[in-house]
Amino acid sequence: MHKTYTRLERVTGSVVAVNAGDATNRELAQLTWEGGSSLAQVVRLEGGRAYLQVFAGVRGLPTNARVRFLGRPMRVPSSDALLGRIFDGAGRPRDNGPVIDEEGIDIAGPSVNPAKRIIPRTMVRTGIPMIDVFNSLVESQKLPIFSVPGEPYLELLARLALQAEVDRIILGGMGLKHDDYLYFRDTLDAAGALSRTVAFIHTAADPTVECLLVPDLALAVAERFALRGHRVLVLLSDMTNFADALKEVAITMEQIPSNRGYPGDLYSQLAARYEKAVDFDDAGSITILAVTTMPGDDVTHPVPDNTGYITEGQFYLRGGRIEPFGSLSRLKQLVNASTRDDHRPLMNTMIQLYAAYRETLEKRAMGFRMSDWDEQLVRYGEGFEARLMDLEVDLPLERALDECWRLLADSFEPAQTGLPTALIERHWPAAA
Amino acid sequence: MANLGRIVSVSGALITAAFDEPVVQNEVGYAMVDGLRLKAELIRVRGDYADLQVFEDTAGLYVGSQVEFTGEMLIAELGPGLLGQVVDGLQNPLFDLAAVSGYFLERGRYLEPLDRERSWSFTPRVEVGASVRAGDALGSVPEGEFEHRIMVPFAASGWLTVKSIVQAGDYTVEHVVATLEDERGRVLEVTMLQRWPVKLPIRAYRERLRPQEPLVTKIRIIDTLCPVSRGGTACIPGPFGAGKTVLQQLMSRHADVDVVIVAACGERAGEVVETLREFPELVDPRTGRSLMERTVIVCNTSSMPVAAREASVYTAVTIAEYYRQMGLDVLLLADSTSRWAQALREVSGRLEEIPGEEAFPAYLESVIAAFYERGGLTQLRDGSQGSVTIVGTVSPAGGNFEEPVTQSTLKVVGAFMGLSRERSDARRYPAIDPLDSWSHYPGVVPAAEVAFARTLLRTGNEVAQMMKVVGEEGTVIDDFVRYLQAEYLDAAYLQQDAFDAVDGATGAERQALVFSELVRLLRAPQRHADKDAARRHYQRLTQATKEWNRAPWGTPEFEAGRDRVRELAEVNVHA
Repeated sequence: MHKTYTRLERVTGSVVAVNAGDATNRELAQLTWEGGSSLAQVVRLEGGRAYLQVFAGVRGLPTNARVRFLGRPMRVPSSDALLGRIFDGAGRPRDNGPVIDEEGIDIAGPSVNPAKRIIPRTMVRTGIPMIDVFNSLVESQKLPIFSVPGEPYLELLARLALQAEVDRIILGGMGLKHDDYLYFRDTLDAAGALSRTVAFIHTAADPTVECLLVPDLALAVAERFALRGHRVLVLLSDMTNFADALKEVAITMEQIPSNRGYPGDLYSQLAARYEKAVDFDDAGSITILAVTTMPGDDVTHPVPDNTGYITEGQFYLRGGRIEPFGSLSRLKQLVNASTRDDHRPLMNTMIQLYAAYRETLEKRAMGFRMSDWDEQLVRYGEGFEARLMDLEVDLPLERALDECWRLLADSFEPAQTGLPTALIERHWPAAA
Repeated sequence: MANLGRIVSVSGALITAAFDEPVVQNEVGYAMVDGLRLKAELIRVRGDYADLQVFEDTAGLYVGSQVEFTGEMLIAELGPGLLGQVVDGLQNPLFDLAAVSGYFLERGRYLEPLDRERSWSFTPRVEVGASVRAGDALGSVPEGEFEHRIMVPFAASGWLTVKSIVQAGDYTVEHVVATLEDERGRVLEVTMLQRWPVKLPIRAYRERLRPQEPLVTKIRIIDTLCPVSRGGTACIPGPFGAGKTVLQQLMSRHADVDVVIVAACGERAGEVVETLREFPELVDPRTGRSLMERTVIVCNTSSMPVAAREASVYTAVTIAEYYRQMGLDVLLLADSTSRWAQALREVSGRLEEIPGEEAFPAYLESVIAAFYERGGLTQLRDGSQGSVTIVGTVSPAGGNFEEPVTQSTLKVVGAFMGLSRERSDARRYPAIDPLDSWSHYPGVVPAAEVAFARTLLRTGNEVAQMMKVVGEEGTVIDDFVRYLQAEYLDAAYLQQDAFDAVDGATGAERQALVFSELVRLLRAPQRHADKDAARRHYQRLTQATKEWNRAPWGTPEFEAGRDRVRELAEVNVHA
């Protein structure tokens, strides 16, 4: 039986200190006091003193709170009973449903042995041309959606949750507005997708520390589902809130900040979560899509910057559209080779031409004379935005590729595109 | 009697232990918990307290739990059987680990890097009575394509006399193959396996030479504009998504070297998986064997414990030096040194050291410099040459090259291949910026042609900048043509389609031929009716040259491609 302590030595930020010589690193403790209770986790040991991070925060916490160490780390249930359920950041039901009474699995487990991974080969079709054609989503990919506040990223996530061809969806909400949480729940429910979904939702009103637990809970469950052979899609929003929670906690722990107040281990912390994305050699897979809002639309801000280095490609959401730029993830290249022979060259050419169109727009804005080439680019670029980039467009991949060829033919001579002659002969639409 | 200490504090990956007996800086210690032994490295001593960075998750450790000090620094096991291996930063073989632990990397489980059961066919090269020194070959075993030299341990000092040596035959790595006696009469037993502390460079060679011979990577923009030499060092900084890792993978595949060591340090597991799944199936054109047989992968991916990241780059460079000692050319690809620097920063923060720029520790620069200095071309004591070429990627925060890791690296490398976001956004791959990048090493094409190309690219860029202000109509046609020519050179030569079997890898001979051809046609005086005509001309020429790039070397299509380019080019040549 573990000993109970009844005297807090220090209360700072969300961290309390207890003189407990027998505490072990990272173990869980139960705090109870008159009018409240919370779980807490050991984050540091020094001499005979244990520092605990209190999940529910320390407001109203008396120094004579009872601290009972549980001798185990944080756990979460992982059976199919979770499907259709919604929990909070501490793993408690948020949907008035029953508590799931299971032994549970440890969260934030060890990383997967690279020798047990395989090269992802399967594309996840979404019916959104800007994703399927230009930024194909691949099983086991970890992909952020870089966005500024106000962009329709939640609508995009919801659409992906409905349309993506996967078995299970795990939703992790961090710092969500309560309205957004309800929007999500209702949208999935209305489309009948809730039954394949498990949600862990931390809203902006909940304690900060619980925000930190959401990705770990979601990914631990996802990992268990994947090991049972399911193809799991994890949707997280918003990882910037998660990073800000890390910052808040690190600063109160008196860690030396590295860049704009974020802790030096921001990269490792984010990577530990994103790296849970996996394609097992003899089981299922985890694909992660995570919204990362960019403060001030600044991609060099530490959160999007570190995220960009960890993830495999990224979606940029601007002006209500997914940008065709963004990185050329290797994964995408791998699956693009097996969709259709024209997919890869077509995609690259379309993007090169679109980049040229953007330059032409600048030129036009400065009042320069437009050459014939510029006029062609403008016709192309405007068509591209209307016929493919619009988020409302819903086309299967093959039809979207055909649309690309038509778009090129409407604006250019075959030789102007720089595409290989063999492809042009096969795919260039005959003049109408 | 083991030297034991007791934990007094735990903070992240850092533990502090009280000790009684003397300890050694950088020695390995084990933290005991739940029957597990967690490997750790002693990084600071203050009074009776030693700070150790633990290479594993520290969950479950408690104040009062035991730490066992070993008195030995972190070592790498060196011997036959390293090639083709995939190991973590502490040299645990990952496939063997998967066989015993399953899907996940269980902490505290360490396996021997080299197979103790496997026999190797040993052939002695010295006789009893011979005088030998550290690094001299006593015999050899065949390992893949190579004669793997079994050498006098690098730690041996002075001259030693061979007292005995085994007959040719099959032996395991722990079998004593020779006994040596040093000048003071002490006897040293030599096995095929030797241990070396990873943080110390192996110095058993005669002298270091100046790297002069190009290391052909088959990537045109590198070999032509910013080449790296055998034994040289290069760094590839770039923002995320600009293609650092693809570039490194291409180098690991095509580079003209004997052995490739890939150190995946703090990067994505997916990338390592691509290499370790694909290389066994790819054929090395030089030897006809699988690429994996010349490759060692040392990986500490970003989700693995941070402290082992540092160990991974040192383990990798130690293995590289070991093969260099056999007279082989080794390429070490370190991806990414920024993650290692961040690991240093994390540990430094936990130690509460006074932070330097961007909270990196003040010793960052000297640590990076010492690492790159382990590269080099060396003349061994038997007169043969071996080299370690180090190519490290840097992931600068925000893609800004002014940050400490990039700057510290630039001071010590001989070639710089800066990747740019603009180029990768415009799908101009490889996204190495031809204007910013530089190299101190000689390349595969004549210097005069490179100078011409650089001038053209620079002029073209200036015209492009100017056109943004004065517009196309305000640019004279000669300038406009220079701009088109620069764009043409970029599109038709510098850019390369990594996924095309032919275009993806251009040999040195082909580079020299094509580049001369392009320079010749670009030097010829041109006449164009107007700007639109000029643009159409270069669009056609670009397409023809790209087709030429896709034609296999030494085939009729290759000749036809060249004729087509010449034919098109001559249309507008000023008589």
